Amino acid sequence: MVLLTRKIEFSASHRYNNPELSPEENQRVFGKCNNPHGHGHNYSLEVTVAGEPDPVTGMVLDLSELKKILEREVMARMDHRHLNYEVPELAGKIPTCENVARVIWDLLEPKITQGTLHRVRLYESADLFADVKRAEVRT
Amino acid sequence: MSAENGELKIELGRRYRFAASHRLHSGRLSQEENSRLYGKCNNPLGHGHNYAVEIRVSGKVDPATGMIANLADLDGFVQREVLDAFDHRSLNDEVPAFKNEVPTTENLCIEIFRRVRAFPKAKLERVRVEETSNNSFEYAGENAPGEFDTAAMGSEGNRT
Repeated sequence: MVLLTRKIEFSASHRYNNPELSPEENQRVFGKCNNPHGHGHNYSLEVTVAGEPDPVTGMVLDLSELKKILEREVMARMDHRHLNYEVPELAGKIPTCENVARVIWDLLEPKITQGTLHRVRLYESADLFADVKRAEVRT
Repeated sequence: MSAENGELKIELGRRYRFAASHRLHSGRLSQEENSRLYGKCNNPLGHGHNYAVEIRVSGKVDPATGMIANLADLDGFVQREVLDAFDHRSLNDEVPAFKNEVPTTENLCIEIFRRVRAFPKAKLERVRVEETSNNSFEYAGENAPGEFDTAAMGSEGNRT
């Protein structure tokens, strides 16, 4: 089993606000992230795929194929976009690191047909990230 | 309670920094042995590092907030329990756990894990401490599986 990781970066804006909470509650729960005008981040995404290298090509999957998938599924949807308004998959969700990472997992998993998606790690800043993966096997 | 096998699991990772001094010296060894084993790190006057700590927690994402745990709560907890106790301090002299244990970064990982495990709003999964940009250590509790022993690995990943 070999793990292969590809990294991409995108920039996007967002705002944390739950319409079911009062403005005061939103401010208390989300603090600066509740600023009505939104704010943005440079996101860094690490996508890890697990598999056996193909005996002919020596690859788990063709990196250029993975690059195209990431371009289509993530960059085209999220780069230089407002995550609250322009990404339908996030509609009705607070675009936290946890939720954005989960949406990216759901977008990528069915598209990766050589090897299996092993982990999605999304950095919102150098000091904050979310991981999505399958739960560990307990033996 | 851990997630079922194969179920999706989301973890939140957060990094913190602190600076502290320490001296590696074991009371169970002679001065010559300490000197040989720890080298420069056995300097009687101590030395220091800029440490980076990476905490990973898991839990259900609350639909109302989109978060596993409110970052302000996690940051406040780590500030009180770890950073206030360690930052700009002597680990040997000012952290009770290191009165009798050598403050290696292995032991520091375990001590930080013990402290952050008490965080009430999410499950602590893993503590990683970088002592310098070239050395890092991780602790995920007793009998924790390795980073990559997951369902996706199949049976080959499950060496016990």
